[in-house]
Amino acid sequence: MTAPSVLPPPPPPPHDELELLLRLGDDRLVLGHRLSEWCGHAPILEEDIALANVALDLLGQATMLLRRAGEVEGQGRDEDALAYWREAVEFRNCLLVEQPNGDFAFTIARQFLFDVYAVVTLDALSRSRNADVAAIAAKALKEAKYHVRHSGEWMLMLGDGTEESHRRVQRALDELWRFTPELFVADDVAARLAAQGIAPDLPALRAQWHSLVQDVVQRATLTLPHDSSHTPHLNGGRAGMHSEHLGHLLAEMQIVARSHPGAKW
Amino acid sequence: MSDAPASPPSRAAILEILDSVKDPEVPVLSVTELGIVRDVDVDASGAVTVTVTPTYSGCPAIQVIEDDILAALADAGIPHARVVTSYAPAWTTDWIGPDARAKLKAYGIAPPRPAEQGGLVQLLRARTAPPCPYCDSRDTEIRSEFGPTACKAVCWCRSCGQPFEEFKSF
Repeated sequence: MTAPSVLPPPPPPPHDELELLLRLGDDRLVLGHRLSEWCGHAPILEEDIALANVALDLLGQATMLLRRAGEVEGQGRDEDALAYWREAVEFRNCLLVEQPNGDFAFTIARQFLFDVYAVVTLDALSRSRNADVAAIAAKALKEAKYHVRHSGEWMLMLGDGTEESHRRVQRALDELWRFTPELFVADDVAARLAAQGIAPDLPALRAQWHSLVQDVVQRATLTLPHDSSHTPHLNGGRAGMHSEHLGHLLAEMQIVARSHPGAKW
Repeated sequence: MSDAPASPPSRAAILEILDSVKDPEVPVLSVTELGIVRDVDVDASGAVTVTVTPTYSGCPAIQVIEDDILAALADAGIPHARVVTSYAPAWTTDWIGPDARAKLKAYGIAPPRPAEQGGLVQLLRARTAPPCPYCDSRDTEIRSEFGPTACKAVCWCRSCGQPFEEFKSF
């Protein structure tokens, strides 16, 4: 009998399509959960309903993406297994979406930056050479256009609103800006996916995103933060290196499934 | 003795059965009128497959709709049908026909306008509100593009003072 090995098993070979589906799915699962935290707490009834609607769309998109991820992985995991039984280091979402809600202006600014990213990337992904990815992206794009209309409209109302609302949404933009370069980082996975025509060349999409964001920000009488070398850009989410906030979010999201495995209702 | 029917059900007969299955959120329209049913297939052995597409990806009604389709077929003597989901082409309100639009209006829901094309970021300020389904006034406003269900917006008629829903163009 041989002694049990203390070495971890060798890592599985990289599976780029699986990684892509997890990145897209986890962005939406985590942001959808964040928005659902507003349920019952939004400033007005219409907004409570709107944020819950957007959360539901994002959860629906995450379901499609993670279900497909489970099929591609081929280990028998479905969307629920991927949502409820992975640890924080296995999540592939960007850091922007896991940031806590803050005040309403912070939630709206986070949403706006993500929504513009979503329409730009989904538009490109709807032309993916991978038919499953293209179909899900084309469907999600239609919803994302409604989402950006909502968050963009609020950027105008808050930015061009009262002194207080202007101050708060500008502060939110300034705080969130350091999480935006990560959205367009092409690591090895992203570079291979782009070379195969499965996903867009992310760095090349940044200019389009920037110009769409800038247009609304200017109309909202706000100022786009400068890309300053003094503010460190944060990334690592796509490799599972998250802020402390994700663990707390997952604890709440996963506790029922983990406390009552296999429960049905 | 086999309890299989003498001849497999026809595609038209199945579509007629499906036209009796109403959307749980918009009970004046059937799943065929809404364009949720994309295809019906009856193979040589008589096995029935219904292809559906979700309206909004997070629509909680989709599971109920699948169950209702299977129940309606079972009631009509087709017990082993299968429902499969397709995402492409993406569902659009342009698939809702004129008769169904008239039913929506009579039910108090402004029917969808043509699905919007165009730019990736279009703000609400550029949009007009639909006419009031009660008094046909155009003096209306969109209060929120997100209503009690994913597919509906909340509007207000300044002429007759009636709040109403719009089936969102999608």
